[in-house]
Amino acid sequence: MVTVVSAILRRDLELGFRRWGDVASPLMFFAIVTALFPLALSPAREVLQGLGPGVLWIAALLAMLLSLNALFRQDLEDGSMEQLVVGPHPLPLIMLAKALAHWLLSGLPLVLLAPLLAVTYHLPAEGVRALCVTLLLGTPTLSLLGSVGAALTAGVRQSGGLLALLILPLCLPVLMFGSRATALAAEGEVVTGPLYLLGALLALAVTLVPATSSAAIRISLD
Amino acid sequence: MSDFLAMGGYAEYVWSTFGLTAVVLVINMVGARRRLRNSLREAGLRAARQRRQAS
Amino acid sequence: MKLPTWFHKLGSPPHFYRLATLLTPWFYVPAVLLLLAGTYGGLVLAPADYQQGDGFRIIYVHVPSAYLSTMVYGVMAVASAIGLIWRMKLAHSVAAAAAPIGAWFTFLALVTGAIWGKPMWGTYWEWDPRLTSELILLFIYLGYISLRGAFDDRDKADRACAVLALVGVVNLPIIHYSVIWWSSIHQGPTIKKLDAPSITGDMLWPLLVMILAYTLIFAALLLQRVRAEVLDRERNARWVLDIMGAPAQGN
Repeated sequence: MVTVVSAILRRDLELGFRRWGDVASPLMFFAIVTALFPLALSPAREVLQGLGPGVLWIAALLAMLLSLNALFRQDLEDGSMEQLVVGPHPLPLIMLAKALAHWLLSGLPLVLLAPLLAVTYHLPAEGVRALCVTLLLGTPTLSLLGSVGAALTAGVRQSGGLLALLILPLCLPVLMFGSRATALAAEGEVVTGPLYLLGALLALAVTLVPATSSAAIRISLD
Repeated sequence: MSDFLAMGGYAEYVWSTFGLTAVVLVINMVGARRRLRNSLREAGLRAARQRRQAS
Repeated sequence: MKLPTWFHKLGSPPHFYRLATLLTPWFYVPAVLLLLAGTYGGLVLAPADYQQGDGFRIIYVHVPSAYLSTMVYGVMAVASAIGLIWRMKLAHSVAAAAAPIGAWFTFLALVTGAIWGKPMWGTYWEWDPRLTSELILLFIYLGYISLRGAFDDRDKADRACAVLALVGVVNLPIIHYSVIWWSSIHQGPTIKKLDAPSITGDMLWPLLVMILAYTLIFAALLLQRVRAEVLDRERNARWVLDIMGAPAQGN
């Protein structure tokens, strides 16, 4: 069990690092989108402080979405997905490993970059800390939800826009809790409530998503 | 009668919602009917073709 | 799980097709009559609300469509589950047929709610929890319809869409309660609620009549659309060719 998970992780991470452009493009997207708002709206401190939590969260969500299309592409093209499906290992576990690999490659870097961008929005220290914690709790849920969408659209040509249409409504709770918690923390309030809810969403996603995405990938493959 | 049409000052809101509802209902009724007609025509053509081939 | 035989019989396309053809007018005619009665009752017989005046009459078209928008999703989800678990093609046809109807009524609930908002809130759009959830429900319907359209293979589309519908069922309550939480910290309870102006008997019956009428019209539309789906899917089956031997009749 552990070996198959670590094998998939190692393979996906190696592939990711070999094409480091794929890993870097969501990060650059994240940075550029957050830079658009001060330029388009107003560089005023109060405006940015008000917008910051929402903008950073939306940009992170869209950046994660950007890399989802490629989640199963490589595996489908070289036929290794079919091997995994018919292979002896439980498919839900494999799907969980795939989602984890996606998060390590495109979620975690966002979490690490976020504080830097938050400072450009003049978020106070509590706000920056809350942003990191909410992203840390929220982005794995986004990876998991995204893996369901990617599995459902794996057999479809031109899946980019469709994937966004399917996934974004499902991601809304994470976005709402994440950005509101960040905003509340920036105003100096206690945010354990929304953090627990984000944690609950993550727990729910870890429980339900692997079985769902393996059902979806089976449908897409046969 | 004009009292009724005025809807106590809410005429534009009440009549626009009721009108829109009527439009959407009619669209759905016509849409479902047309969809069924098309399928029936298609199936009919196919059946006729098969009968011709059989005879 | 073992299914009763009537269920299998219902799941057989020719049987269902015949039954649906037979039943459609029995839903359609009462639906239209009740729709007219409910509209008359709502616009003429019901007294004006003491707070909202005649503006409250929008309730008679808004609430039934809002109810249908979720009820249809429920039908779609149950049909999808049946289709996935027992591999029943007819259930997938039902889900496919329900989606566009559900999307239309969600749209209707959204727009009538927004128009009602203008006299009540002073603005067409308020990020009120119910309107927001309704909007997201519309997106989910549209996603479902787009996913179905993206597949060439009908069988694959059926099963992928069924999975999506079930994912939606788990997510809709989460989204709904998140939106409620989110707006409760956002704007507080100052917003006047849309529904339930202290409703009296002579205001209530037209609403119930309308809800019944909407349910029946949904049933009638669904039956017609399922017949079309079944015909498309079974176009080469013996029974379709047999039916088509007789002059085509649609209603």
